[in-house]
Amino acid sequence: MKYMIICVETAEDFAKRNDPVQAGPYWNSWSAYREAVAKAGIFVSGAGLAPPEMGTTVRLRDGKRLVQDGPYSDAKEQLGGFFVIDVPDLDTALSWAARCPGAAYARVEVRPVLQMGD
Amino acid sequence: MTDHQAQAAVDRVARESYGRLVAYLASRSRDIAAAEDALADAFGLALRHWPKEGLPRTPEAWLLTAARRQLGKAERHARVIRSNEAELTRHIEEALEAMTHGEDGMADERLKLLFVCAHPAIAAEAQTPLMLQTVIGLDAARIARAFVVPPATMSQRLVRAKARIRDTGIRFAIPDTPELPARLDAVLQAIYAAFSAGWDAMDGVAGGELSDDAIWLGRTLVQLMPQQTEALSLLALMLHCHARRAARRRGDAFVPLAAQDTALWDDGLIAEADGLLVMASRGEGFGRFQCEAAIQSVHAARKATGRVDAAALETLYAALVRLAPTIGAQVAAAAACRDAARGLAMLDGVASEAISAYQPYHAVRADLLARLGRGAEATHAYEKAAALALDPAVRQFLLARMTQA
Repeated sequence: MKYMIICVETAEDFAKRNDPVQAGPYWNSWSAYREAVAKAGIFVSGAGLAPPEMGTTVRLRDGKRLVQDGPYSDAKEQLGGFFVIDVPDLDTALSWAARCPGAAYARVEVRPVLQMGD
Repeated sequence: MTDHQAQAAVDRVARESYGRLVAYLASRSRDIAAAEDALADAFGLALRHWPKEGLPRTPEAWLLTAARRQLGKAERHARVIRSNEAELTRHIEEALEAMTHGEDGMADERLKLLFVCAHPAIAAEAQTPLMLQTVIGLDAARIARAFVVPPATMSQRLVRAKARIRDTGIRFAIPDTPELPARLDAVLQAIYAAFSAGWDAMDGVAGGELSDDAIWLGRTLVQLMPQQTEALSLLALMLHCHARRAARRRGDAFVPLAAQDTALWDDGLIAEADGLLVMASRGEGFGRFQCEAAIQSVHAARKATGRVDAAALETLYAALVRLAPTIGAQVAAAAACRDAARGLAMLDGVASEAISAYQPYHAVRADLLARLGRGAEATHAYEKAAALALDPAVRQFLLARMTQA
């Protein structure tokens, strides 16, 4: 089954990416994780996302395109990045999610990816 | 064999087989609901045929054959979608095949099913009901009664949990060693929750029979994991409590443990419980359920010795508070204090936001105050406890105590 490991971060977590002290460990831990996932042969896809203030929201209403700056919600926690992995079951996916750097400082959600045709 | 005995034998075999068959099929398809649907008609047939014709030599093969035949009648099973049906039929064929070859027949996957039911990804409130339904085959309406929830709510809870198991792909497996203690604890807690629901409801009241079901689950777990000291201990704990069932009421009146007539306690259950505790003591460590069972064993010894070893109780309760610092354990430890002033001091240390609606806290406080000769305060605490008591017999008992304070 395919699962998405969704890493949800706060503004402070996003700030670590550019913090002179924390940026090093932050990026190192993510590339190490990415490498481990690839080595295990379970990597399907994955990406880190620019912070929510870089988001632009689009809606189509009555044929008109409404574009707004900022993320779709004002939630304190925002999507920071994701991995899609292919493993036999939820328990294996949870083990991989627990190893993901985000699990230690933020929150990680694991969701099954729908198969086409489901 | 009388009709009644025949029916009881059929029920017993059906219950044992039900869990084994659901577990076998679900562990392969992860689809508990589909397995249940496929088996429902087969069990209906069995309960009609077996009492008349006698038990088949291999009840599970009989049931699977009946289930396969029912699955064949595809149109009647709008509930089971076709792709699942083909897969289920394949699993049934596999199981029948295994039974003709293997000496033990089909593998017993009930342990895996127990771990799935108590998986942390399943809502806590659904775990015990799910176990009762999938492993024992209790219907949702009866489970709803026991947990004082509307039947529709309980059905929905169970349907959701089963869909979650199927759609999130929860693994049917015994957890790996590092996770095993925590996962096993969840299984034990879920079984104990069933026992407590039955215990609180008392005999005759809706849900009272759940205690028997919980003991049955406890026995199954011990049979499947005979080396686990906490599984042995949980069964011992439940059997010790169960042994006193007949002594808990005199007419309609509540009888506290210390005043119970030990002649009414069941010797067979006490002996079995103590035997399990001896086995548990050979294992490593000292767990929460082992401690609770040991406490009940001290109480049970009154039947043989005529006295209660208060020092042992005090020590065990202190250990329990360290192992499982719940409000219940803290309040019980305070009650077990031989020095009433110390007991009262312990109660004062319990977090205040948790105790306002907790009846045992006020009952124990009242008792300790009465022992210290603080009558007015004791009366006040008894009033509070009586107001919080849900069981009318317990309320009566507390009010009677109040007049003596």
